[in-house]
Amino acid sequence: MSFTALIGLFISSILINNYIFSRFLGICPFLGLSEKSSTAVGMGCAVTFVMTVSTAVTWCIYHFVLVPSGLEYLKTIAFILVIAALVQFIEMFLRRYVPSLYSALGIYLPLITTNCAILGSALLCIQNEYEFIPSVVFSFGSALGFTLAIVLFSFVRERVALAETPKCFRGTPIALVTAGLIAMAFSGFSSIKLPF
Amino acid sequence: MSENKKPSLKTRLFEGLFDQNPILVQLLGTCPTLATTTSMKNGVGMGVSAMAVLIMSNLLISLLRKFIPKQVRIAAYIVIISGFVTAVELLIKAFVPSLDASLGLFIPLIVVNCIILARAEAYASKNPPLDSALDGLFMGLGFTFALGVLGAVRELIGNGTIWDIDVSFGVYPGIAMFTQPAGAFITLGVVIAVVNAAKAYSAKRKGGDK
Repeated sequence: MSFTALIGLFISSILINNYIFSRFLGICPFLGLSEKSSTAVGMGCAVTFVMTVSTAVTWCIYHFVLVPSGLEYLKTIAFILVIAALVQFIEMFLRRYVPSLYSALGIYLPLITTNCAILGSALLCIQNEYEFIPSVVFSFGSALGFTLAIVLFSFVRERVALAETPKCFRGTPIALVTAGLIAMAFSGFSSIKLPF
Repeated sequence: MSENKKPSLKTRLFEGLFDQNPILVQLLGTCPTLATTTSMKNGVGMGVSAMAVLIMSNLLISLLRKFIPKQVRIAAYIVIISGFVTAVELLIKAFVPSLDASLGLFIPLIVVNCIILARAEAYASKNPPLDSALDGLFMGLGFTFALGVLGAVRELIGNGTIWDIDVSFGVYPGIAMFTQPAGAFITLGVVIAVVNAAKAYSAKRKGGDK
């Protein structure tokens, strides 16, 4: 894959195929952790870090372990175990060597194991038959797209919280409608034709 | 709910479908909900696949509940669940390839569906096998029900069809937005608001009777 194609993949994974607004991956943390912008930023950083590392590791496991032994159908089980172990390992590593980052990411790390965006990104790279470098670029871009979405959404939500909404719409329903409006804006990106 | 008093099957069915509906009330598993309800058929297909996994995993986890050590239980649950998910995925690929094409990535992603892990942790790890399997059935029915309703609403507004049958006599052009992501968020938000309003109304009426 050429360099320009990589840039195209990067941009399209952030904006055009945004995980939240066009693929519906990682909606649970998107709704659950977006009430304050500080938690949204923390979660976004944690996801970016874990998604890039885990996609790189699962790509290697798939191509160097599962394919040679003909066990491709076990990829779901293998990936979820690798991701769970990896999150645990990253947590231990950060606590020991980068305590400042550990205290910043803190409680968000364990939550990531059951974040479908992480497993989804690993599976999508296999499904789209990306090579190693494109896989890493794709997962990094997608994670940045996730961060962009959750941070933007938290800004809007902080303002919506002050508005007077009908009683039955308070809380999650109005948040979902707000997300729908943002998704509408994001769907404008889908008509972008990248020149490369 | 006290532990020694068992609610009847009817109450439990009602709980799964309405009072404790996994999607509309507990807000679990929103990703597959939004992604697969582009039509009623897809929504119900997803619901049934997840229900099958939920029943089997609840049953097995409940059978093994005395043997799984507390410290590694989550990991053990995930292995059990992903085993069943792989089985369901292969079965769907073999027998219903059209469903596989439209659900795609979201079948393997049943593994990280919070409903299944939540029921394993909250119910199956503490209750006998038959009860747990029934709990899986009722929660699965609630999930399927909510997905079916959302799918029907989106399909009706977006295409003028229900279960691929044209109900608008060909005069309704359809609002394409409702089958797209934006419509998914808005429909779910509005349906949850309607459920909230209905609950507030019935609580008010009950309060008035007493």
